[in-house]
Amino acid sequence: MRPLTYLACALLVMGLAFWAYRENYRTQAALGEMSQVQREIAQLREDLGVLRAEWAYLNRPDRLRELVDLNFDRLQLIPREAGQVMDLGHIDYPKPPAPQPEVASESSGNPAAPQE
Amino acid sequence: MIRIPLRPLARILRARERGENPDAIEAENRRLRHEAIQDKARRRAEGRLALMASLFVLGFGTVGVRMGALASTDPIEPRSEVMSAQIVSQRADITDRQGRVLATNLLTHSLYAHPHQMVDPVGAARNLARIFPDLDADKLLRDFTGSRKFMWIKRKMSPEQMQAVHDIGEPGLLFGPREMRVYPNGHIASHILGGSGFGNEGVDSAEVLGVAGVEKAFDGWLRDPANDGAPLQLSIDLSVQSAMEQVLASGMEVMSAKGATGILMEIESGEILAMASLPDFDPNDRPRPLLKGDPSDSPLFNRAVQGQYELGSTFKIFPVAQALDLQIINPNSGINTTTPMRIGKYRINDFSNYGPQLSATDVIVKSSNVGTVRIAQMIGVERQKAFLQKLGFFDPLPIEMVEAPTGKPLVPTRWPAVTAATVSFGHGLAASPLHLAAAYATVANGGVKVTPTLIHGRTRPQGERILSERAAARAVDMLRQVVTRGTAKQAEVEGYEVAGKTGTADKPRPSGGYYDNKVVSTFASVFPASAPKYVMIVTLDEPSVTGPGGESRTAGATAAPVASAIIRRLAPLVGLEPVTDENLPVIAPRFAPRVESQPGDELKVSANQ
Repeated sequence: MRPLTYLACALLVMGLAFWAYRENYRTQAALGEMSQVQREIAQLREDLGVLRAEWAYLNRPDRLRELVDLNFDRLQLIPREAGQVMDLGHIDYPKPPAPQPEVASESSGNPAAPQE
Repeated sequence: MIRIPLRPLARILRARERGENPDAIEAENRRLRHEAIQDKARRRAEGRLALMASLFVLGFGTVGVRMGALASTDPIEPRSEVMSAQIVSQRADITDRQGRVLATNLLTHSLYAHPHQMVDPVGAARNLARIFPDLDADKLLRDFTGSRKFMWIKRKMSPEQMQAVHDIGEPGLLFGPREMRVYPNGHIASHILGGSGFGNEGVDSAEVLGVAGVEKAFDGWLRDPANDGAPLQLSIDLSVQSAMEQVLASGMEVMSAKGATGILMEIESGEILAMASLPDFDPNDRPRPLLKGDPSDSPLFNRAVQGQYELGSTFKIFPVAQALDLQIINPNSGINTTTPMRIGKYRINDFSNYGPQLSATDVIVKSSNVGTVRIAQMIGVERQKAFLQKLGFFDPLPIEMVEAPTGKPLVPTRWPAVTAATVSFGHGLAASPLHLAAAYATVANGGVKVTPTLIHGRTRPQGERILSERAAARAVDMLRQVVTRGTAKQAEVEGYEVAGKTGTADKPRPSGGYYDNKVVSTFASVFPASAPKYVMIVTLDEPSVTGPGGESRTAGATAAPVASAIIRRLAPLVGLEPVTDENLPVIAPRFAPRVESQPGDELKVSANQ
């Protein structure tokens, strides 16, 4: 009985040693991966900062104003003026066109469609 | 140590006398000695066991506590471990109230040299001078071939320049990472932002320090890592600020003025939406301050905050509002306006003769100096002083800019009767346009004090009440009449009910006295008059306009039309809708849009049935 116990103990110790060895390397691999991801995050952060700065630079009011002037023929944009905004209640919407009978059954989202 | 003998002679002799066996004594002593030795050994073994046990407990305890701590903390991104991330997040961004970037950082590189490591100093100097036209090849060569071990060549450079330097292939030229402050919008809001420069410099990084404006006032906050890179959100609105600068610049050109200031401020919160001072500068390339001459000639001078101007007739509303509050007068009280008026040896004139009497409202509407002085005399010097002090005209504004303390108003030290009289119509006391904005905001805020701020959405304590609500409303009503039928007719903007007061003040000569042909004209306004939301101040420095009636410098002809143009442009931008008499028909919808779900709309799952 005693030799069997010794053998079992030895096997157990070897098994545990193997497990610990693998865990150790897995941890080191995970740490390496983490620092890689961190470097990547730092790089992306830096890129994000550059992109934000570029976005702000490209959208600076002076440039937009120049672009509006350059493209006045096509866009005809002028500064917003008073009275260009009004309440929805003051707007007369045209009545939607009467639905075609055969389309009506499919377009159940159309408000004017007859109820089934 | 005293060793007890195994066979003590006295006891052995005594035992022999008694006929006992002396060996028993020896055996007994030997037993005792062995017991003592055993006890000692056991104690030592026990001590060792206890030590081992405590070491194991300590070791396992450490492991256990660490595991517990790791398991219970939230996973965070350990940013400080990565070098470049640390540099990027060194200084927080500054954004406008809608989160648009006003100041941010870019990672760039600096160039330095180790001349002793150089292979070809002559070629390096020549190539560097080719890449950077501002460097001198001869001077570089002298430095490279001299005894220096280290020298900076460029503080910051573009990636293209860096590549070009890299292509020289000189091992003695080295790059260090640098964080660079960038203001993508150029000159917009330049005075508010201020600018930045490098502080302590090392090879690997350099401190970025604010040198003026908000950048300097919030230097500690912006560099505090505890804020986790959160941006500083200003109350400025980029599009409003940009539009104001544009309209103000064209107004300044039309009125051939030397400088101009515009301030737009929310009344209720005291948040400054736009504050422009022209001429301005580009904070990316901040000019050097003037070392001699008048500092206000430099574009760095912020007229809105640092300028100390006698703001002229715009002050008249303050004694009138105070008199209304004290119930000395009502808007219809008759005020003696016989001109000229004498105080001691001084004479006070009106712009033109308004007859012997005007109502209090008309004193403001026609801007009568004499009438205002009479009202101020009714109030008395002490009360007048106390009121101006409460409005904040005696102290620098607590605005979040490093320049604020330099804008401390110039207040006369003594207040004889004539000073009190001139201060009542805005001469003799010089304050910044921002002071005026804060005081007008206080009047328009129903008499509750407004403190201007540049920071968006900060909760601040309610200001103290300075005027009764009724007096404040009457004062705003008077200001409205200035625009409808008084000196500022040109400031009217249909629908926005502009209420305001013009002020034309002669500029003081540095040598004393006043210039005849140089004025500072100001228009201080509040709109819309029925429910004041915004205060706007426009100040033009030395304007002059030639109209059909000849050259004019009065604020009604210079500052008021510029203010009207600015309000016309800015009010839609801040989302203020005009009040119109036009009655638009309300049209009933011709059909009911079916947005909510109707019976029969829901998804049917027929498989389950």
